[in-house]
Amino acid sequence: MENNIRDTHLKNQSKEPIIETKGLSVFYNNRLAIRDINIAIEPNKITAIIGPSGCGKSTLLRTFNRMNDLIPGARVEGKILYNGIDINQKALDPVGLRRHIGMVFQKPNPFPKSIYDNVAFGPRINHYTGNMDELVETSLRQAALWDEVKDKLKESGLALSGGQQQRLCIARALATQPDLILMDEPASALDPVATQRIEELMIELKEKYTIIIVTHNMQQAGRASDNTAFMSLDRENIEARIGILVEYGKTEQLFTNPRNKETEDYITGRFG
Amino acid sequence: MQAKKSGQSEHSKLLLSEDSRRREGLIAFIFKAAAVLTILVTIGIIVSLLSETIGFFARPEVSLWKFLTGTRWQPLSSKPSPENFGILPLVGGTLLVAGVAALLAVPVGLGTAIFLSEYATEKLRKIIKPVLEILAGVPSVVYGFFAISFITPIIKTVFEGWLGLKVMYFNALSAGLVVGIMIIPMIASVSEDAMRAVPRSLREGAFALGATRFEVAIKVVTPAALSGIVAAFILAISRAIGETMAVSIAAGSTPNMTLNPLKSVQTLTAFIVQVSFGDAAAGSINSQSIYAVGMTLFVMTFVMNLISDLVLRKFREVYE
Ligand SMILES: Nc1ncnc2c1ncn2[C@@H]1O[C@H](COP(=O)(O)OP(=O)(O)OP(=O)(O)O)[C@@H](O)[C@H]1O
Ligand SMILES: [Mg+2]
Repeated sequence: MENNIRDTHLKNQSKEPIIETKGLSVFYNNRLAIRDINIAIEPNKITAIIGPSGCGKSTLLRTFNRMNDLIPGARVEGKILYNGIDINQKALDPVGLRRHIGMVFQKPNPFPKSIYDNVAFGPRINHYTGNMDELVETSLRQAALWDEVKDKLKESGLALSGGQQQRLCIARALATQPDLILMDEPASALDPVATQRIEELMIELKEKYTIIIVTHNMQQAGRASDNTAFMSLDRENIEARIGILVEYGKTEQLFTNPRNKETEDYITGRFG
Repeated sequence: MQAKKSGQSEHSKLLLSEDSRRREGLIAFIFKAAAVLTILVTIGIIVSLLSETIGFFARPEVSLWKFLTGTRWQPLSSKPSPENFGILPLVGGTLLVAGVAALLAVPVGLGTAIFLSEYATEKLRKIIKPVLEILAGVPSVVYGFFAISFITPIIKTVFEGWLGLKVMYFNALSAGLVVGIMIIPMIASVSEDAMRAVPRSLREGAFALGATRFEVAIKVVTPAALSGIVAAFILAISRAIGETMAVSIAAGSTPNMTLNPLKSVQTLTAFIVQVSFGDAAAGSINSQSIYAVGMTLFVMTFVMNLISDLVLRKFREVYE
């Protein structure tokens, strides 16, 4: 399975979607949370997922690296093609998959280990055989954190500020050399300056990586992303609280000229 | 008018009545008295332990140096002399039993904790956890009889029958194993509490990097919970050192200076029991000797706690 994933890496160049879902639905304890999501994610682009709280943005994001496997009672239906391979099948090893797809969480969650060990964690469990010091340095540089921590790599990752911790988590994700990075509201716990650093960082990173980011911050989505997906609760059956994909397209187009009235209401802030 | 009235009564509620103030004072007094009583009892125990211990060492038949370094413990011999009051066989017996117990209980207890916290479903955990707590509550006499009626025969069969080694009926191995079984629930339960206190977000972070369940348990959860786990070990090993009934029954009462777990040994606690159940007169050298032995036990447990403090300070991974 892992080999197959590697073989299809080349497809990236031909602009095939890196992720494509077909009829994707997720249930929690037999309660439908998101329904029939069809979305194709372009490689080397930043895709923003926006929408009101509880509409299933995190749920959708977590299907891409099979994190929902860890939630007892969660069930995922439909196809999720990652470089053309359906990753929503029993035979697929989620552990191997997660080594290709990095994730950054809402609240910075560095391990209670040294800065160095945080970054080296992924490569070590991957039995990385190259030069670890170099990999740690490169990852920290890519995450724009190197200059701030290069003299204290042995100190605890928890001794850093919130914004630095989040960049450490990004460096940690980069160190496993993924091709897709999932970010679930990575800047929501940060001040505006730290938020801006993360945004600049994402734009730098998209040359080499594909990024999907969930955000509540409209300016952020507008500034930083290439494509935007707007999710919301299904209006036809509002009590059931089922998340659906309402509109998806180029960020510029979606923000200036949304096709859907609900999208327009949401991005202009007229949404409850 | 209405509003004003209720405002007034609200205000008057803020002033405590004479009655309720007196009641508060009484309650505070009762709690204070309980605290003082506890402290007094503790001081009383230490003082009596100390005075009897000093009385023991003041005797001409014993010397502190010989007590600490001597390798023969025969206090009941007809003619007491310093050569017969060497504590090392009892300390050795205690450490041998506790060591065997730790060798069994630390890996099994930690494994159980990891299983319960990282692998078991919520349903299974809800069944196993109470069972552990019941096991921890079984009286230790029961464990003692379990040792001689069940564990000792197995040891005899394996070591004597199959391997041809000489096994005494009362032996340190049987006592150590049964004490190990006794402290497994404590290690498992306390370690598991520490592991479950590790935030979920740390596990998710590791899973997202492609860690397996095992790697998450060993490389993230265990180090993050280390202070609690070490505390569980220390607590359990202190209990193994202080355990009395089961070891008196299974290990026998022959003070032996040995590292061979197949031999009979006497532990510090077993000696205290032996003398207490005998007819040593108050103030006699025998009755005073148990205070010296008790003091040794006290110091050992105290040192264990100091060591655990040092270990914790060195290896702790603080996660908040
Ligand atoms: N572990 C879970 N167990 C049961 N239900 C869940 C679980 N996680 C999410 N849900 C439900 O699924 C729905 C979607 O939740 P999700 O967290 O994906 O929303 P979200 O769009 O990310 O919201 P927010 O913007 O507040 O983060 C919600 O109704 C939520 O209650
Ligand atoms: Mg969310």
